[in-house]
Amino acid sequence: MDAAKPAAPFEYLLRLGDNALVLSQRLSEWCGKGPALEEDMALTNVALDLIGQARLWLSYAGELDSAGAGRSEDELAFLRDAGEFRNLLLVEQPNGSYADTLMRQFLFDAWHALALRELAASADPRVAEIAAKAQKEVAYHLRRSSDLVVRLGDGTEKSRAMMQAALEQLWPYTGEMFQGDALDRDAAASGAGFDPAGLRAPWLDYVGEVLAEATLKQPPAEAWMHSGGKQGRHTEKLGFLLAEMQFLQRAYPGARW
Amino acid sequence: MAAVEEQARAEPAQVWDWLAQVPDPEIPAISLVDLGIVRNVRWVAGAGGDELEVTITPTYSGCPATEVIAASIREMLAAHGLGSVRLRQQLSPAWTTDWISAAGRGKLAAYGIAPPHPCSAGAAAEQAVDASRILRRAAPRQVRCPRCDSAQTQLVSEFGSTPCKALYRCQQCLEPFDYFKPH
Ligand SMILES: [Zn+2]
Repeated sequence: MDAAKPAAPFEYLLRLGDNALVLSQRLSEWCGKGPALEEDMALTNVALDLIGQARLWLSYAGELDSAGAGRSEDELAFLRDAGEFRNLLLVEQPNGSYADTLMRQFLFDAWHALALRELAASADPRVAEIAAKAQKEVAYHLRRSSDLVVRLGDGTEKSRAMMQAALEQLWPYTGEMFQGDALDRDAAASGAGFDPAGLRAPWLDYVGEVLAEATLKQPPAEAWMHSGGKQGRHTEKLGFLLAEMQFLQRAYPGARW
Repeated sequence: MAAVEEQARAEPAQVWDWLAQVPDPEIPAISLVDLGIVRNVRWVAGAGGDELEVTITPTYSGCPATEVIAASIREMLAAHGLGSVRLRQQLSPAWTTDWISAAGRGKLAAYGIAPPHPCSAGAAAEQAVDASRILRRAAPRQVRCPRCDSAQTQLVSEFGSTPCKALYRCQQCLEPFDYFKPH
């Protein structure tokens, strides 16, 4: 029983942290521009939860970073280029209309909740405690995004059409969430992580249920899917997001307040 | 400095009393102890002698008040002669609104914030997707208006002025109010 507990690999933690960080940054773009005050507050509150989770993941990643000799969470957030980011392509997709933002959130929340459930049982105690904390927050995010998908999907003709279009546009970015690679396999084998393929069935099950309630037509599960974000191959949209997020630290290195 | 450190080796019970006077920065009607985020107070051996260690846990991962809270704890303890205090952040077990004290619940209500309902037993262990299924189907919780005690209230937004609150409206007195969400 004295065997050392496995630690999640550095890049594995980057994937978790970058998903939260990039989506948080996207949601922050709505700050002051939400379609209603309540929605503005809700989006920024979700962004706040995610930035907190990103800090926890990236601080831990920084401690395990052998290459950069202990980079801080800020260095990891502000001084890496797009090719070094390991987030899913889904979360870097632009906000688009409010329907696009909500649909992106819903598709991600449903996966995030399932992923955190696996990670809360991680053999790496740091991963387990961060996931257990985040899981409580994400349960709330998921409930809210599910409710709104139903309300807007089963809403007016216009809102339904916008939600359906958003769903079809974002759907090809969902497959990546369930595609494992060598890093996933290693993390799962050590007990620190999980096999993403295992989340596909419960995700389709939950998402299908909500979409049906929302009277939206689910695109085929076997449709062609984009991939590459987890390995650092991103859409050009991430570059613009980073340019804004990282501007200050790039222009004034080491600036603090 | 040394004189101060030697002078005071306060009993943890005394320290708890002092911390019970530190207001939460976002909801000043209630103290950090009422909120349940102070988890432990003890003396530990440090490099330069014994040090007081205060363990705190964040409410939400991204709670922006975390740093203010740490600073107010240091300030309060420094005022009682405890200049060097070690603050330890603890994530697990994750904070729950069930840790808000009975006194804290009373103060929230008096301040105009409806106190949280208890979390269902084992809610933390509940799987989020299943929890979402259950929550979405459950009849909405009856939240009473902290002003007029009417049960005729309506959820306006899942998020209020801070992540820990939801926004409600009373259909009796027509006033909006915050509900501290069970978490
Ligand atoms: Zn009332």
